[in-house]
Amino acid sequence: MDIEKRVEDVAFNLIRQAVIYLPEDVKASLKRAYEEETSEAAKTQLKAILENIELAEKYKAPVCQDTGTILFYVTAGAEVRGLDKIEVALINATRRATKEVPLRPNAVDPFTQKNSGDNTGRFVPYINWEIVPGNTLEITVMPKGGGSENMCIAKTIPPGEGINGIKKFVIESIVEAGAQPCPPTIVGVGLGGGVDVAIKLAKKALLRPLNTPNPDPELNKLEKELYEMANKLGIGPMGLGGRATVLGVHVDYAFRHPASFPVAVAFNCWAARKASAKIYEDGSVEYLTHKGVE
Amino acid sequence: MPVYYLKTPISEEDVRKLVVNDTIYITGTIITARDQAHRRALENLKEGKSLPINFEGLAIFHCGPVVKKEGDKWVVVAAGPTTSTRMDLFEDEFIKNFKVRVVIGKGGMGKRTTEAMAKYGAVYAAFTGGAAVLAAKAIKDVKGVEWLDLGVPEALWIFEVENFGPLTVAIDSHGNNIYMDVSKKVEENKRKIYEEIGVTR
Ligand code: SF4
Repeated sequence: MDIEKRVEDVAFNLIRQAVIYLPEDVKASLKRAYEEETSEAAKTQLKAILENIELAEKYKAPVCQDTGTILFYVTAGAEVRGLDKIEVALINATRRATKEVPLRPNAVDPFTQKNSGDNTGRFVPYINWEIVPGNTLEITVMPKGGGSENMCIAKTIPPGEGINGIKKFVIESIVEAGAQPCPPTIVGVGLGGGVDVAIKLAKKALLRPLNTPNPDPELNKLEKELYEMANKLGIGPMGLGGRATVLGVHVDYAFRHPASFPVAVAFNCWAARKASAKIYEDGSVEYLTHKGVE
Repeated sequence: MPVYYLKTPISEEDVRKLVVNDTIYITGTIITARDQAHRRALENLKEGKSLPINFEGLAIFHCGPVVKKEGDKWVVVAAGPTTSTRMDLFEDEFIKNFKVRVVIGKGGMGKRTTEAMAKYGAVYAAFTGGAAVLAAKAIKDVKGVEWLDLGVPEALWIFEVENFGPLTVAIDSHGNNIYMDVSKKVEENKRKIYEEIGVTR
């Protein structure tokens, strides 16, 4: 197969699916949040969100006007041929999607303030690589909105503060973010590593499907606790007060230096977009998150 | 919770009836204005120039729309609200001089704007962040666009809307501000949570 062409086509479809159709786990969580909400203002907001999701599907229009910065996660089998062609294919797919979906151009040179106009530029789209055994290629796209990205934060806490230090920083960050990241949000927490590792883990954790237990029982307990605490804060949908401040909290960790304890908190807004597909050796494609969507 | 259907131009009397947590839908004319359009309108005022359209009784929407041109007609593709706090710099003067009655956006506004709303009679109405398709579907017509030299998102778009909403009154003309109330409660809740888990500072 022509891997460059195949990857470009699949990535284009993934971007399109992601910006129009919210994934099932996010939709289900938003519906549940609506049912459990007691404040009227909060219910009005959640209802508007659910209606907006339906309208986006009906008119095949992006679910939010900010179609985000395009981020890819590529898990490549070491035996896949043509790995060097994938980056170009993903960039071309992003350009095509910008024109055809269309996406809002969101790539700006930080020095000249010039917008490239096609969602590409230095390190944009950004590609997170992982090489694994085998011959299949898994691609995930996360179009990441600016409003929630603005609230992502990492710092190193005094190691002596331990678990309570983590909890405090996460809660503080959610309070600080307030209405800005368009709550209810998904919160990703990365612990340990260097600071770069912590923020990468936090962001990747946003992709884990909602309402799936963390395989690590300790982390699962921590996630549940953070979730309960966050939804006791009362920030609520769009910061107008209410129960649904977060849809989920996902934690991942790395080992750390004895003197250094990085904690990173990443936010995704209710428009938590993602789409994944697997490309097999024979060129066949399996769409993982958006089955039955053209 | 009361629901109001308002038609522009909206009178001060009608806007004074609204209180926080009311739901409103607007039919008529709304204009978009972000930082740049706010700045230009106020500059025009200073220089004694008239505005391209009379803002009195209208709603202004903090929004940078995604539009496309079909023939010679503009069509709105997506029009969600942008974060309103950036407009806190200008909004009191805007309300005072132009008599806009409803300010639409997301995330809320601060003390200065809240005071101006109480003094001159206006409300802040929250539109659900990111609900861009919902907004676009309520926009029936693009009546015009001014100051396009500022760029598409920053220009002054004049929309004809029908039942634009739901909008939640989040700051009313009686000095109430949901965001300030929520933030106070959140701080209290945070303190309680810290106590429960044994965080002392
Ligand atoms: S934070 Fe998310 S939902 Fe809100 S405007 Fe940005 S991309 Fe859209």
